[in-house]
Amino acid sequence: MKDFIIPTSKDMDMGTPASKSTEMVTLTIDGFDVTVPEGTSVMRASAEAGIQVPKLCATDSVEAFGSCRLCVVEIEGRRGTPASCTTPVTSGMVVKTQSSKVKKIRKGVMELYISDHPLDCLTCSANGDCELQDMAGMVGLRDVRYEAVANHFEARDTSGEANAQFIPKDDSNPYFTYDPAKCIVCSRCVRACEEVQGTFALTIEGMGFNSRVSAGAGGDDFLSSDCVSCGACVQACPTATLQEKSVIEMGTPERSVITTCAYCGVGCSFKAELNGDDLVRMVPYKHGEANRGHSCVKGRFAWGYANHSDRILNPMIRDKITDPWKEVSWDEAISYTAKRLRDLQAKHGVKSIGGITSSRCTNEETYLVQKMIRSTFGNNNTDTCARVCHSPTGYGLKTTFGTSAGTQNFDSVEETDVVIIIGANPTDGHPVFASRLKKRLRQGAKLIVIDPRRTDIVKSAHIEAQHHLPLLPGTNVAVMSSIAHVIVTEGLMDEEFIRTRCDWDEFAHYAEFISDPRHAPEATAMLTGVDPQELRAAAKLFATGGNGSIYYGLGVTEHSQGSTTVMAIANLAMMTGNLGKNGVGVNPLRGQNNVQGACDMGSFPHELPGYRHVSDDATREVFEAIWGGKIDPEPGLRIPNMLDAAVDGTFKGLYCQGEDILQSDPDTKHVQAGLAAMECVIVHDLFLNETANYAHVFLPGSTFLEKDGTFTNAERRINRVRKVMAPKNGYADWEITMMLANAMDAGWTYTHPSQIMDEIAATTPGFANVNYEMLETRGSVQWPCNDDKPDGSPIMHVDGFARGKGQFIITEYVATDEKTGPRFPLLLTTGRTLSQYNVGAQTRRTENVVWHEEDVLEIHPHDAEVRGVRDGQYVRLASRAGETQLRAKITDRVSTGVVYTTFHHPDTQANVITTDYSDWATNCPEYKVTAVQVALSNGPSEWQEDYNAQAAQSRRILPAAE
Amino acid sequence: MSPEKMTRMANQIATFFESQPDADKAGSVAAHLKEFWEPRMLEKLAAHLKTGGEGLSPLALEASKRVTA
Repeated sequence: MKDFIIPTSKDMDMGTPASKSTEMVTLTIDGFDVTVPEGTSVMRASAEAGIQVPKLCATDSVEAFGSCRLCVVEIEGRRGTPASCTTPVTSGMVVKTQSSKVKKIRKGVMELYISDHPLDCLTCSANGDCELQDMAGMVGLRDVRYEAVANHFEARDTSGEANAQFIPKDDSNPYFTYDPAKCIVCSRCVRACEEVQGTFALTIEGMGFNSRVSAGAGGDDFLSSDCVSCGACVQACPTATLQEKSVIEMGTPERSVITTCAYCGVGCSFKAELNGDDLVRMVPYKHGEANRGHSCVKGRFAWGYANHSDRILNPMIRDKITDPWKEVSWDEAISYTAKRLRDLQAKHGVKSIGGITSSRCTNEETYLVQKMIRSTFGNNNTDTCARVCHSPTGYGLKTTFGTSAGTQNFDSVEETDVVIIIGANPTDGHPVFASRLKKRLRQGAKLIVIDPRRTDIVKSAHIEAQHHLPLLPGTNVAVMSSIAHVIVTEGLMDEEFIRTRCDWDEFAHYAEFISDPRHAPEATAMLTGVDPQELRAAAKLFATGGNGSIYYGLGVTEHSQGSTTVMAIANLAMMTGNLGKNGVGVNPLRGQNNVQGACDMGSFPHELPGYRHVSDDATREVFEAIWGGKIDPEPGLRIPNMLDAAVDGTFKGLYCQGEDILQSDPDTKHVQAGLAAMECVIVHDLFLNETANYAHVFLPGSTFLEKDGTFTNAERRINRVRKVMAPKNGYADWEITMMLANAMDAGWTYTHPSQIMDEIAATTPGFANVNYEMLETRGSVQWPCNDDKPDGSPIMHVDGFARGKGQFIITEYVATDEKTGPRFPLLLTTGRTLSQYNVGAQTRRTENVVWHEEDVLEIHPHDAEVRGVRDGQYVRLASRAGETQLRAKITDRVSTGVVYTTFHHPDTQANVITTDYSDWATNCPEYKVTAVQVALSNGPSEWQEDYNAQAAQSRRILPAAE
Repeated sequence: MSPEKMTRMANQIATFFESQPDADKAGSVAAHLKEFWEPRMLEKLAAHLKTGGEGLSPLALEASKRVTA
């Protein structure tokens, strides 16, 4: 690991990975006694003792390789000079890391390396951050006796002839370069791509002197290869061979701040490395407990949106949405907004306004928004975008287990034996988790994928699912019930677990229900399209294969029966005893960075922080005592209900923080109608997003780099977000919410988000012991964290369920009302892609567009052929809700009868197509099932043209007054 | 919110509880409505009941009566 900052003992590269053994071994290194776990390398043991052995091919993110011979040592009683990286410690071993013999060897090795390396250190982009440079210094290399006659770094020899061994720099990747001239062929990058990322895009081509790092097959460059731009190779490279373009351009950074990524729910820890307040690069933090030093293309590289010219930095207002925007001072914007909201309440009632928090915002920001709505607006009309993604997880897991949260930490995957992935595409949506999962799969764990599409996790390099059940969208419950049917009827359940941890009589009733032949895979196959034999085999594998874990995503929740599927998943985990220990559990993969936190913080209209219903007197009293005033005991409006009420004329004002409901919510035309019916829409965001086309006030937001706070990831881990630069818009988002609340007489006096966390801890039992000082010391903690669990809770429900006994729920399959027919014969399902995030507001404003510049429609060759559709052609995609046009991509990843697209681009607006059907329990929209027709297209749909015209009109900004 | 949408949502909830072993299924549906529906949604439901409650399943109808009583 390159690390130009003088490594503290904590960040030091230990050379080889840590051993997990609990057996300890004591040895002597350079006269010091060292005690380390069995299996530790001599190199790592030395590092533990503070003694660095010179090395080039070893780094602690990958297994030892033993190729560079720089780390040789002498061991008493052993012949020769073994490599310390590949030699495990033994009890009583006596090691000398420095002797005249090894010094001579090392100097000789370095001399050979340097003889084929350009000596342009001063102008090299890795200057000061190069391990080759460090090692040359460390071994005391002073001169090189060899003349570089044949070499890899000179484009031409002295006679001007082209050097056949010279390969020019590959700068095809937008974020980093590959310069073969600087390569020492240590294979770290190849190993990182295999071991850490699991993509196997890199290889060493050729032999001996002709060995070269190569991406993909012959003729490929980094961009055209399988490389997913995760950055693991760049991180592992000891020289300037693989180098961030930002470092080449800006120079090595001089300070770093540890913070948390603001993309998906994995919540990776990063070191933001800066020069002054110029961010130079984001480097995955190896002590981050969610990511363990790994990253993906979004978190690692796609942060350029923070400085994008589209960012709005001044507040703006307008009376009507047909007016152009007018830039105003913060004071004017805030007092204008407060007045309009209060006027609306005076005219239309206290409940005529509300707000939406975002899962992109920090816990502290979300807490403040719901507090403002409940205590300052005086109603419970608060909701969060978690409504449209994981609200069924909240309902389902609270009903069955008693807590609205996943049960494990991400480390748990290292001990799993059989994994079910249902309705999730982790290699695209949660790539760092996917890499950790793939590592476990390569060690032999088994995989069952339940998904309409053949996602990359089904089959990729060195990974193949034992069973892929390609079900028809909308039939999750039928498939999960059939799996349970097989387990129960074949007697494969964990009776002891059920008897001790659940209510046996309740299970007996459930068993009777699920044993009915209508749930048999042979009976449900007609509905689901899943091969019954395959399903039976999958069920048996899950029940008998050891530690079984279930990971799921929005392909579970975003259905009419989203909550029922979550409960079916919980049933399956309980009946197989797969809860309360490592390697098992129910694991919702959260879409956005702070979905878990947004839910925890009481942003749902029926719940105060900590998942306590607003009708509960005792809970309200806790908050009333601190907030002052009374809290409405009736639930407020959920997002879809707000839009309905707006169309009905009873909901008039909306504060929308960090969410683009017009692009992200279903049935765009209905959202448009709702927004257009409101009299004051306040958008608080980085950019003039789609929702802002209907806004009257725009409050510019700050990025995650510009504020302090916390995010809570999918494993309930509370991680610090740290301010690395001043907000370009002038204020952190929590300050803006506070200004608005205070303009409406809230009287808040917070001076730092830590005080907000203290208030959360004082009011919310699961957070009782959480505070910034603790997070500073510990790095992160998983809730519940209180006097019962002072160190937090990596695994939940260890000795018993939060609700006492686990509850089995009857899960009857109910077909969605969204049905195919002659007009709309295909089923559309939606998802996301690796390089883009959600509505793309951030990632579209980065170089990530090279991987995905538009949304395309995946269609099976058969369905394409009967419609005369060729690959790459524009097609019209229509549902009963609306129509749009986009390019077709012909692929057998989708089955016949199913089409698929992403929703990252407003030009295509997949949500014009999706309907207003929703989950029965939570109103989470049914994004994943829409009956559609596909036909050749004559050009943009009328809706697209109207939409673009309105957007252009609405985004006009008046020049600032002189 | 159109009456069709409202009845569909109420019926979806009723369909779930219909399958549950709860002794008082209408009570469970009513409790769910009370827990998650904002008062003006319940008012709309009440208004819809007054005009006959067209489209509501029997269980949804019974629950709606209880929650809006």
